[in-house]
Amino acid sequence: MNKTWWKILASVLVVYTAVAGLLLEVPHLAILNETIRNLYFHVPMWFAMIVLFSISVFYSVRSLLSQDRNDDIRAVESVNTGIIFGLLGLLTGAVWAKYTWGQFWSFDPKQNFAAISILLYFAYSVLRNAIDEEQKRAKISAIYNIFAFPMMVVLLFVLPRLQDSLHPGNGGNPGFNSYDLDSNMRLVFYPACLGWILIGYWVYTIRFRIRLLENKQNSIR
Amino acid sequence: MKKIVFALMMLLSSVQLFAQTDQVEMADAMRSNGKIYVVVICIVIILAGLLIYLFSLDKRLKKIEKKS
Repeated sequence: MNKTWWKILASVLVVYTAVAGLLLEVPHLAILNETIRNLYFHVPMWFAMIVLFSISVFYSVRSLLSQDRNDDIRAVESVNTGIIFGLLGLLTGAVWAKYTWGQFWSFDPKQNFAAISILLYFAYSVLRNAIDEEQKRAKISAIYNIFAFPMMVVLLFVLPRLQDSLHPGNGGNPGFNSYDLDSNMRLVFYPACLGWILIGYWVYTIRFRIRLLENKQNSIR
Repeated sequence: MKKIVFALMMLLSSVQLFAQTDQVEMADAMRSNGKIYVVVICIVIILAGLLIYLFSLDKRLKKIEKKS
């Protein structure tokens, strides 16, 4: 993946979604009005976060099996990048909620659980930084990460569905897929998701490579 | 020859005077539709800047990686 073509593809897709996402026709719905376009920008943040956390779990499992230091670094850096996307998702969600639900934070189950799942990953990095010995740190944080991932999935996709929530797709609220996401919106939504996932992956690779260089320098000294 | 060209130019420049109706033709594209195009351009500029920045970071990293 050290090629340039997918980075260019990611850039093109993201710029395309900014243009097409604001200019193409969208369904006319009450309350949502034009904010329905936020779907192209708010939701891909979460998709990118979930993909990055999945990558992290993959490398956590691998680092337990292989005891390879690089696998551990990959797991950490993808979590660090995923947290950024999660925070962006929370912030954009709060702004969107202000103008459609009435408040930035209405303690909606979806918002609460999303915040908690971000906190789970904050705990991951705190836990890591608390352990000095390298092999122990790799092992403990990998195990924590493997447990945190299903918790995150449950918090984001299961628990909000069991309660009353304003968020689409939860608590008997229909998701966008059921009737709003017409073929016109898919034309923007899917490229947006792919584009932001690739951008997330790109940032993660940059972080990983910086960390490798830092480790190299530290070991030389 | 010069005189004829000059006369033609003057003639052509006066054509638009006759073409003028009650609606003046302007470059309105950027101002139509509630000026959404301006927002699009701003977003594209920001995105392009960030993406170019990412590319340049990537480049710098590659250089350092080659050195070490």
